[in-house]
Amino acid sequence: MIINHPLLGPRDSEEFVYLGSTDLINRPTNWEDEASAEDFYQYQYIRENIAGDHQELWYHEQGDQSWLVVTRNTLSHEITKVELAQDVSRSMGRGK
Amino acid sequence: MSQTHRQDGGLIDQKKTLTFTFNGQILRGYEGDTLASALLANNKHLVGRSFKYHRPRGIVTVGSEEPNAIMEIGSGAHKEPNTRATVTQLYNGLEANSQNHRGPLGFDLMAITDFLSPLLGAGFYYKTFMWPKAFWEKIYEPAIRNSAGLGTLSKDPDPDTYDKGFRYCDILIIGAGATGLSAALTAASSGAKVILADEDFLMGGRLNTETAKIDNIKGSEWAKSAVEKLSAMDNVTLMSDTTIFGVYDHGIYGALENRSSESRADSNKPRQVNWRIYAKKSILCAGAIERSIAFGNNDRPGIMLAGAVRAYMNRFAVATGNKVTVYTNNDDGWQTAKDLRSKGVNIVAVIDSRSISPVMPIQGAEIFMGTDVVDTKGRRALKSITLSNGKTLDTDSLAVSGGWNPNLHLTCHHRGIPKWNEEIASFIPDEATPPGMSVAGRAKGTMVLSDAMKEGHDLGSSVALELGYKSADLKAASTPAVAYNVVANWGVESGKNRAWVDFQNDVTAKDVRLANQEGFKSVEHVKRYTTLGMATDQGKTANVLGIGIMAENMGQTMEETGTTIFRPPYSPVAVGAFAGRRRGMEFYPTRYTPSHKWSEEQGAVFVEVGMWYRSQWFPQPGETHWRQSVDREVIKTRASVGICDVTTLGKIDIKGSDVSEFLNKVYVNAFAKLPVGKTRYGLMLREDSMAMDDGTTARLAEDHFVMTTTTANAVSVYRHLQFCHQVLWPDLDVHMISVTEQYAQYAVAGPNSRNLLEKIVDPEHDISNEAFPFMGAGAITVCGGIPARLFRISFSGELAYEIAVPTRYGDALMRAMMHAGEEFDVVPYGTEALGVMRIEKGHAAGPELNGQTSAYDLGMGGMVSGKKDFIGYKLGQREELLRNDRMQMVGFKPVNKNALVDKGHSMAGAHLLGLREEATTHNDQGWISSSIYSPMLGCYIGLGFIKDGLNRKGEFVRAVDLVRNSDIEVEICSPHFYDPEGGRLRV
Repeated sequence: MIINHPLLGPRDSEEFVYLGSTDLINRPTNWEDEASAEDFYQYQYIRENIAGDHQELWYHEQGDQSWLVVTRNTLSHEITKVELAQDVSRSMGRGK
Repeated sequence: MSQTHRQDGGLIDQKKTLTFTFNGQILRGYEGDTLASALLANNKHLVGRSFKYHRPRGIVTVGSEEPNAIMEIGSGAHKEPNTRATVTQLYNGLEANSQNHRGPLGFDLMAITDFLSPLLGAGFYYKTFMWPKAFWEKIYEPAIRNSAGLGTLSKDPDPDTYDKGFRYCDILIIGAGATGLSAALTAASSGAKVILADEDFLMGGRLNTETAKIDNIKGSEWAKSAVEKLSAMDNVTLMSDTTIFGVYDHGIYGALENRSSESRADSNKPRQVNWRIYAKKSILCAGAIERSIAFGNNDRPGIMLAGAVRAYMNRFAVATGNKVTVYTNNDDGWQTAKDLRSKGVNIVAVIDSRSISPVMPIQGAEIFMGTDVVDTKGRRALKSITLSNGKTLDTDSLAVSGGWNPNLHLTCHHRGIPKWNEEIASFIPDEATPPGMSVAGRAKGTMVLSDAMKEGHDLGSSVALELGYKSADLKAASTPAVAYNVVANWGVESGKNRAWVDFQNDVTAKDVRLANQEGFKSVEHVKRYTTLGMATDQGKTANVLGIGIMAENMGQTMEETGTTIFRPPYSPVAVGAFAGRRRGMEFYPTRYTPSHKWSEEQGAVFVEVGMWYRSQWFPQPGETHWRQSVDREVIKTRASVGICDVTTLGKIDIKGSDVSEFLNKVYVNAFAKLPVGKTRYGLMLREDSMAMDDGTTARLAEDHFVMTTTTANAVSVYRHLQFCHQVLWPDLDVHMISVTEQYAQYAVAGPNSRNLLEKIVDPEHDISNEAFPFMGAGAITVCGGIPARLFRISFSGELAYEIAVPTRYGDALMRAMMHAGEEFDVVPYGTEALGVMRIEKGHAAGPELNGQTSAYDLGMGGMVSGKKDFIGYKLGQREELLRNDRMQMVGFKPVNKNALVDKGHSMAGAHLLGLREEATTHNDQGWISSSIYSPMLGCYIGLGFIKDGLNRKGEFVRAVDLVRNSDIEVEICSPHFYDPEGGRLRV
């Protein structure tokens, strides 16, 4: 596969390590609440098994060590979007 | 032995004679021959025995789709089985041997299986050989397994070299026949970067095997001049003898280039190169593959596909027989009769299953229209055929054509579904997939040559234009239009004779019908139940025929029946080609520690730890057993001082104003208030609260920390920290870099460790116990100004330090310390002694952090404060993980001090059971994770996990090792066997 890195251009997927769904970005912040046990359980174990466009986390280990959010179709493997995970995370409100 | 069936002409060089052997017999051929054409020139039709029934078989095709003529080429370690003779270029000294027979090829002792065929039909192993039950394992299965299979391996390592390469292009054109060459000419004229690949060593495809004229010259001449034009162009890369074996994602193609003639001349050259080609677009011009017809005994040596028969004549100047017959259901089969007749070969008859007028006159041949072949005779070589009208004809070569199938294999690699085309009675490619690939010519179903060439010509320009390149205004090549008319004929009723469909896996038409009868109604099931299409040829000559038989049998349309999926590789690829240079020591990089050279000088024994080479122990003269060395290293380190290279452990340099907050989030224990100049042990969990890694983190300045990890997890912990930094907490001011390889690091341990270090640490740095207490850390200089970092941490349990210098000083520092330590009888120690000492001390390490143990299980529950969030906290509060009877880490020592001493192995891996319980998994209470012989205690000891361990100290249980047959009584105790108070650490 080829991942079109937003800064470095197209790179072979061999340079990257795959982690999993972008669900992993949303680590619950309410750890002090009793109810958060369920939130952490959902965060850690429950996933949608998507047949279609899937947002996922890749790490450019053999390159610039950036984490990326890749939108890849699990049926056709077409990659339609590649963003810096840091930007996605901030846009989800995880920044300060 | 003369080449009795050789004619004049052809595209071979009859002035260059080559000598080869087949089954030990010396034969001759010419430069330009394949092994198959040379065998046929020598009238060798019997070339192998079939897979299941050991039936005599001959060459069927002229290409890589060959099902029968697979042989062992070469000898010794170079022997390669299952090699298709039809695509093996002949060379001087080639050694070929037929496969799959016991005794000589002509008298295969295993041919008895042919008579057992009623017992060996589709799925036989579910129906026969089932009684008595015991016989299956001991008799039937080994016998069946022994008689099955094709070629044999030499079992020696592959001595050849393979390379991997990367190529990039705008347009990859697959197939350099009439269509491919046409496409390449227009595409290349646009300036686009073009790669043209063909699996044959001679480009031109069927232009080299047919008599059709292109632009009024011989097809092969036109091909040659097109290739010359292309090779003169800078933007064109020609790759002959190269199979595009796979279509991968995003325009990535796998290509296998055969370079065996080079590697035979120079063994340092690669035999094959595995190319990864990145192409923006591709054009598939793979042509079409002929199929057979299923009739009784249609598999005898001498029965070949019609296109192949005339290819052997036109390209290789070989007559496949003296009395040739043709059996066809389409116009194209007649061309074989015509071409051979024009070379003076006797054509006995042309049999056409269609009820139409004869397609053309063939001098001297009997013509039978609306007739089929129903049987044949001649077990080792064809002798005669019987027709549906009752007539028998003497013939030694039967050319069969059941029609042509577009070679759409590569269009299926992304699950493309071919469509049935009634007009050509075959499947045509699904052009929706793979993305970026277009198809032209016969591969697309455009069977008429003139149309195919125009199609290639036009597509070459249009694809180039899509990429922004404008082609020159070239004229498409012209050739007289020859129609292709076909009426599907899947086969005739064969009665008690078997009609073969898949030659390589010995599947008959009857097997297909049997599968349907037994309820296998999907083409996917029929494939797997009968194994049709599952051999090394992926059923290229058999699949469509099989589908036709099934459709007829089930009363379905071809469309309804459908196809199975073709998958990479298109043709077999040696595993060596996927390995490339990554074999043996080159499998992955070797990482050497800074003290490696010095250690080698000492005669150290090394151990692989991932990619690293670490000193395992340092044998002294007179020591013959590793225990002698390891015990000595432990005793001497604990008595005075020892040095161990610990460079391999991960080191991560972290800076920023929010680092202590960040560390609080990744470690179980608190780091926010770690004072400058101190280091602290840290335990890291996964989010599911299982222990992931541990290490120590030192604070060198307010905003500067250095973390260590285990060797094994250096990479994954760094990756994890980057994830936490970039994704979970992107606005914490944290910056990190791996410095594992940037610093050489040594453990200096033992009562004299400080004394040794004081001799190399520069005098302005006070490393006394008061100035540099236990768990201190700081930057210092050594040996007259060399920057260093000193950490007072101890894995061994002795007074100890770890000292780090930039890697380039690592070798010199080791030597300097060994010299400084002479007066203290300093000993270098390796990973074994390191392990012994940490187990004696009771430190958890890799075997304890196995992904199933929590902080509580490891006895570190006290670190969990509940006052801060950290990765793994919340899920660690799940009820089951807080139970106090979980398997907890404790120590184990044998009741009998001498236990296992004469067996010579430790308790590692043993499971823990009650004293009188049966050794079953039901009674399993835990396991021993680490165990060594302790020189300090004089017996074997172990760390392990046992149910409710923390409450059971003093109890006796058994350590049972069913693999090494030991069963000893042990006492549950504290894991801290040596200096449990920790007094030695703090002196």
